[in-house]
Amino acid sequence: MSFPDPIAVFRTEAAELLEQIETGLLDLNHDLADKEQVDAVFRGLHTLKGSGAMFGFEALAAFTHHCETAFDQVRKGIVPATHDLVTAVLGATDHMRALVETPNGDYEAASEVLLAGLRAAVAAAADPSQAPATTAPAKATGYRIRFSLPVNAMANGTNPLGLLDELAELGTCRIRADKSDIPSLDMLVATDLHVRWDLELVTDKPRSDIEDVFIFVMDEMQLEIEALDGTAAAPAAAPAVAVAVAAPTPSAAPVAAAPAPVPARAPAQATPPAEPRQNEAKQAKSAENVRVPAERLDELMDRVGELVIAQSRLSQLANSSADLQLRAVSEDVERLSGELRDTMMVLRMVPVAHLFSRFRRLVHDLAIETGKKIELITEGESTEVDKSVVERLADPLVHLVRNSCDHGLETPEERIAAGKPAAGRIYLTARQQAGEVIITIRDDGRGINRERVRAKAEASGLIAPSASLSDQDLLQLIFQPGFSTAQQVTNLSGRGVGMDVVKRTIDALRGTINVASQNGEGSNISLAIPLTLAIIDGLLVRVGNGRYVIPLSAVEECLELSLDDDMRSRGRSFISLRDSLVPFIRLRDLFRTGSKPDPFQKVVVISTGSERVGLVVDQIIGDHQTVIKSMSKLHHDVDTFSGATILGDGGVALILDVGHLVTEGQQQEAQLRAAG
Amino acid sequence: MTQTQRKMPDDLWSGREEVEVLTFDIAGEMFALEAVRVQEILDLLPETTVPGAKAFVGSVINFRGKVIPLADIRLAFGMEATKPTIDSRIIVIELDIDDEPTLTGLRTDKVNEVTTLTKTAAEPPPSVGMRWRPDFIDCLVRRGGEFIIIPNLHTIFSAQQERPTTQPSQA
Repeated sequence: MSFPDPIAVFRTEAAELLEQIETGLLDLNHDLADKEQVDAVFRGLHTLKGSGAMFGFEALAAFTHHCETAFDQVRKGIVPATHDLVTAVLGATDHMRALVETPNGDYEAASEVLLAGLRAAVAAAADPSQAPATTAPAKATGYRIRFSLPVNAMANGTNPLGLLDELAELGTCRIRADKSDIPSLDMLVATDLHVRWDLELVTDKPRSDIEDVFIFVMDEMQLEIEALDGTAAAPAAAPAVAVAVAAPTPSAAPVAAAPAPVPARAPAQATPPAEPRQNEAKQAKSAENVRVPAERLDELMDRVGELVIAQSRLSQLANSSADLQLRAVSEDVERLSGELRDTMMVLRMVPVAHLFSRFRRLVHDLAIETGKKIELITEGESTEVDKSVVERLADPLVHLVRNSCDHGLETPEERIAAGKPAAGRIYLTARQQAGEVIITIRDDGRGINRERVRAKAEASGLIAPSASLSDQDLLQLIFQPGFSTAQQVTNLSGRGVGMDVVKRTIDALRGTINVASQNGEGSNISLAIPLTLAIIDGLLVRVGNGRYVIPLSAVEECLELSLDDDMRSRGRSFISLRDSLVPFIRLRDLFRTGSKPDPFQKVVVISTGSERVGLVVDQIIGDHQTVIKSMSKLHHDVDTFSGATILGDGGVALILDVGHLVTEGQQQEAQLRAAG
Repeated sequence: MTQTQRKMPDDLWSGREEVEVLTFDIAGEMFALEAVRVQEILDLLPETTVPGAKAFVGSVINFRGKVIPLADIRLAFGMEATKPTIDSRIIVIELDIDDEPTLTGLRTDKVNEVTTLTKTAAEPPPSVGMRWRPDFIDCLVRRGGEFIIIPNLHTIFSAQQERPTTQPSQA
C-alpha cells in the first residue's frame, strides 16, 4: 500500500476548501448580514493559508493572507460585507486555484491587480459606515483556558509550543502543564503527546482571538474557555513571564514548569462553562467518512464485476446439476454477490449537490458578464448518481446553463416589457425515476424560436427546405454540430460548438435529451441518464449463433412474431401492437448471420421515451446481470453496440445500443411512410 | 509514407544491437515481435463475431475477464482467412491506439520460439517483389537461409482504422 503524495493530498484539500469558500461567498452575496457565512469563509481562508504554507506553497499563503485579513475585518465588524468585496474575493479564489495548481508560475502582476481590487473594496466598504465601536479597546478580561490535544497531534505536525506562544502574545498568561496523563516510562512513546494545559490569560482581545489560536487543531481537540469575571486581576497579579515552557515531548515534561497540580475539574466559575463548541458533533461526523482514492473504488468495482461473472458461471453449473447442496451454495453466493454489487453501487454514488454547487458561481459570473439579473434555483441536490456519471455530466450542464443564461433569458428591460419579473430564473433540478436520474435545466426566458431554428437548419443544409418535422425533431436540431441560432457570437456561447458536445456526452452515457419550449415562457431541457455505467440488468437474446444483451430498462415487452405477421411484413416491417404500428428490425438481417431463422421468432419491443421499435430475435434466453465492458478503439466505428459483457460460460455477448437501433427503426419508418 | 522516406526504422532496435523476439508463422512466413510487448500466448478461444466491424478485427474474445479485439494480420495484407489448425495460437500484445494502450489478440498459425535477433542481420524491406505491403513491414532480418519479417503493427492498425475496406491498395 502506497502512501499518497502529500502535495496531491494538499491539492485535493485545497480544492475542497476553495469550493467551500466559494459557496460561502455566494451565500453571503445573498445575505450580506449572514455572520455564519463570514465565519465559514474566514475559516476556509485561514486553513488554506496555513496548510499552504505548511506544504511550501508560499505564494499561495502570502496571497491568501491578504484575503484573510480583509475577511477578518468583516468578521470583527470593522468593515461590513459588501457585494464588491465578495466579488473581489471570488475573483481572488480563482487566482488561488491557479496558485495551487502551478505554485511556481509568474503571478506577481495578477496578484497585485487582485489585491488592489480587494483593498479598494475594503476601503469602499469601510468608508461609508465608519467602523463600529470596535475602536474602543475592550477592557482586559481574564480567561481560563484548558485544552488537550490528541495523542498523535505532534506526529501530525501540530506544535503545542507554538500555540502557547501565540496565547502568550495575546496578554499576560500563566500556563500550567497537566502531566497526570503521562504513562509510566515503559509505556511511554516519545512522539505521543500526553500533556494537557491549563492557562489563565488576561487580555484586552476578544474571546474569538483566543479561539483563533486553535483554529487549525479545533476539530480534534478539547478546548474550554471560560471568562474569569470581575476577578480578572487575580491572575494578572502574577504577571511575571511564568510561561512555563511545556516541552513537547512528555519525557522532557518533568523539567518544565513548576508542577502545580491542577484541579481535576475546574471549580465552578461564575460564568457557565464555555459555550459548547460544535467540535464534538463535527468530529463524530468526520469520523463516519473515509476518503478513498477513486481508483481503489474502481478496482473494487472491477473485482465485483468479475465476481458477478464467476457467480453466474457457478449458477449455470449448479442449475444443470442435480446436486442439491451445490444448488443451495450457489443460491447463497448469488444472493451475496447481488448484495455486494448493490452495496458497491451505493459506494460509488455521490449526491449531485457537488455538481450543482459550481453552477452558482457560473451563474453569478454570467449575470455580471451579460448584465442580466439571474437567479439560480437548485432542487434535488441530494439525488445520488454514479461518480463517473457526475464527472461526465459537468461539461454538458455547463453548456446548457450557459445557453440558458445567454440565449434563453432576456435582458431586464425586455423582461419587464414582457410582464415578467426583472430577474430571470434558471431551475436546475435532479430527481430519480426508475433506473434513471432526470436532470432538468429550465429557464423562464424567451424560449426557443422555432422559426429561427428551422431557417437556420435549412440554411446550413441540415434539413431539406419545407421538410415536415415533428416538434421534438425540430427542437432536437439544436444539438446538431455547428448549429447555433445566436445571431451574434458572444464570449459565452453562440459558437455552436456546445450543444453537439452535450448530445455526444449524453449519448455516451446512454442517456437521452428531451427538449420542451414555449415561446415567451422559457424552455426546459431534461437529461435522462442511467444511474450507473458499470452494471445493468439486461435481457439476453440469441440471434443466429450470437448472443446479445438488450438493456432491460429499455425493454417494453416481448411477443412472438406470428407467422402471419412474419409473412405479411416481408416488404414492410411493421407489426400492429394495440392499434399502433411499430416498426421492427430483423437483427438476423442486420447482423448478416446467414443462418436459418428459428421457426418461432420473438419480437422484443424496446423504447426510448415515446419512440418504439421491435427487434426480431431467434430466442429469448433470459435476464442477465450485465457487467459492461467497453469495446476497444478498434471497434469504435461499430455503432450498433454500446459495449460487451462476459457470459457465465466465458463467452462474450455484445450489448445493443438501444438509442441507435431506435433511431434506425424510426428512419426506416419514415422512409416507408415517405414511400407511401 | 513515401518510398524515399522509408529507411531502416530504429523502432524495433532503438539503439540496441540485439533484441529478443518471439517468432511465429502466418501464411507460411515467419514473423517476429519484440518479446517484451507480448503479454500472453493463448490457445484458440471461443470468438464472438462483431457484426458490422471490419474483417481485420471481426471478432472479440474474453481475455481474463476483459473483452479484447482479435485481429488477423493476414486480412490486413489482403489475404484470405484460413481455417485454424491444431497449432493455431493467439498472441496477446499491448498496442498504443490513439495514445491509449489497448490489449489486442493476434491470430497466428503457429508460435515458434523466443530468440535473439541482431541488428547487423537486418535490412529494410525491398520495395518490389514482396507479396506483403512494404509500409506494413518494419524490416527483414536474415537468419540462416530465411528472412524473418518484423511487421509494423502501428501502421497496420492505424491504416485499418482509417480505411473501411480490407483491400490493400497496390503500393
